[in-house]
Amino acid sequence: MNLYEYQAKELFKKYGVPIPSGRHVVSKADLQWDKFPVVIKAQVLTGGRGKAGGIKFANDSKELLEKGEEILAMSIKGLKVRSLLLEEKLNIEKEYYLSITLDRSTKRPIVIASTSGGVEIEDVPDSKIVKYWIDPTLSYSQFIGREVSFKLGLSPEESKQFQDILSKIYALYEGYDCELVEINPLVVLKDGKIIAGDAKVIVDSDSLFRHKDLSENPAERTELEELAYKRGYALVELGGDIGVIANGAGLTMATLDGLTLKGLKPKNFLDLGGSDDIEKVVGAFQILKEAKIRGILINIFGGVTHCDTVANGIAEAKKRVGIDVPIVVRLSGVNEDLGRKILKENGIEAYSDMMDAIKETVKVVN
Amino acid sequence: MSILVDEDTRILVQGITGHQGSFNAIQMQKFGSRVVAGTSPGKGGTEVNGIKVYNTVLDAMKEEPNATFISVAAPYVLDAAKEAMYNGIDLIYILTEKVPYQDTMRIVSLANKLGKKVIGPNGPGVTSPFTCKLGIMPNQIFKKGNIGVISRSGTLTYEIVNQITTNGLGESTVVGLGGDPVTGMNYIDALEEFKKDEQTEAVAMVGEIGGTAEEEAAEYIKSKFNKPVASYITGRSAPPGKRMGHAGAIISRGKGTAESKVKALEDAGVRVASYPYEIPILLKELLQ
Repeated sequence: MNLYEYQAKELFKKYGVPIPSGRHVVSKADLQWDKFPVVIKAQVLTGGRGKAGGIKFANDSKELLEKGEEILAMSIKGLKVRSLLLEEKLNIEKEYYLSITLDRSTKRPIVIASTSGGVEIEDVPDSKIVKYWIDPTLSYSQFIGREVSFKLGLSPEESKQFQDILSKIYALYEGYDCELVEINPLVVLKDGKIIAGDAKVIVDSDSLFRHKDLSENPAERTELEELAYKRGYALVELGGDIGVIANGAGLTMATLDGLTLKGLKPKNFLDLGGSDDIEKVVGAFQILKEAKIRGILINIFGGVTHCDTVANGIAEAKKRVGIDVPIVVRLSGVNEDLGRKILKENGIEAYSDMMDAIKETVKVVN
Repeated sequence: MSILVDEDTRILVQGITGHQGSFNAIQMQKFGSRVVAGTSPGKGGTEVNGIKVYNTVLDAMKEEPNATFISVAAPYVLDAAKEAMYNGIDLIYILTEKVPYQDTMRIVSLANKLGKKVIGPNGPGVTSPFTCKLGIMPNQIFKKGNIGVISRSGTLTYEIVNQITTNGLGESTVVGLGGDPVTGMNYIDALEEFKKDEQTEAVAMVGEIGGTAEEEAAEYIKSKFNKPVASYITGRSAPPGKRMGHAGAIISRGKGTAESKVKALEDAGVRVASYPYEIPILLKELLQ
């Protein structure tokens, strides 16, 4: 789960990472500030807000009101700006970069640091980046901060502050089960102090059961995805016109790939998951009924999900949901014969081979 | 021979009285696995289909298990895996999905230090027809043979195994690594096992978008693997930035695309299928 900058900075504050003085603002009545100039930052869960005009400076109350209202009315990359972060304007001397994230290939957290900050880290040459992999069992220790600072070539005064910040964001990374903690830029002020200019935190959604203080942020979902999410389905909208229902993420993706290779455009990824419930099948059809589609392909390899359950679900959906586009079914695995028999009684001929079902789908929609 | 599990594997089921635990304990027995004990705190002294249930792993050790099937809720997986390792169990399979990845990272890191093997989480486990199944794969899709199968997926693994079986080939061992960003065994670990296994003459490797595990496996195959490999990669039609069901199946910052994986595998001499049904065809060509 992505956190907004203001939420990430609240966590920084909690862990003692220095941040600019600031205030979270949700309405124009709150657009007030004492010591100008002030920075007005749009709170959206996407990068590139500066380029999109979502960060502006104000020198007095009048300007703050004008520009604040302007940003509050904006959408950035399709996302509505719902709130702002007002912050003191920093006297920036230099900009560094610091993050901790998962390195999937070593299965370890990796510290990434650079004295070339303020730009996308992907655009910084490798020679200017310091990386350090942390052993999850041994966890963080102060020597790691020393090593990274030496490699960065920091002055003793900067090094001390940098090590302090690194140890604190590592505590945050572990404490809140983060996928990413990123400070870009990590600002060195004219007076020598180091402070987090920006804050990006992504928390592992699977860990939210132990972080009850975090409320779930609205994710980027289309209307169809939101409907499916509310009803407990894993659905991704893809924009084509062939509805797909399958079980298991891998098999669902393989079904989409097969349709695509045969020249059709799938509407969606919909994984029934490891359930064995007739209503779950009926519910999938109810969701697809809301989508503009030319046909539905159901591809089931029965394991935990039994083929007869799916067959009964399809028969129920036919009666209750009223789907008016062609339905092609493939059933294989646990109880496939029973499933095929149930479907036959309801006027549907099920395929046992995935390719045959894909080819039939091509035929019936063209 | 086979890899990881065989007739000497003695399975403990942690969380045996839950729905998944009891159902799969019985399915594993039906397959021919030796399920020697189960645990369920507070339910010690009861039985599940003739399998003795103990309160703790320590108590269950009197049945001498050497592998465990963990099917407890996600918040308790780290503790369950530690309990198994603490008591000396060598092979740990985790069925549970939605385990916080930092917990998995700790489990895997500890296991590496202690010389234990971890399979999963969030995968279908490992099956050697017909000596042992440690996991949840459907019993009826297998045939004993000389093909090793490695996959990150669940049902797609069954699809591929079924294709192999119904086209007259058979499997030595099938390994489901799991669909999370961090898992215990990865492709290279499984390939190293298959390299040493005399029964295995060719390998089917099923991959998907996300991460760089397939690319790393391709590198290993190119330089160190001595048996033919056929592969199928799914997620070719997936848009960047969207998680396709599996927590790990996501193309982010231009990394983890199907194209990159297919190219790396082809460069390593692996035959890559466009559709699952082509896997047995490619395997037969490779075995000639």
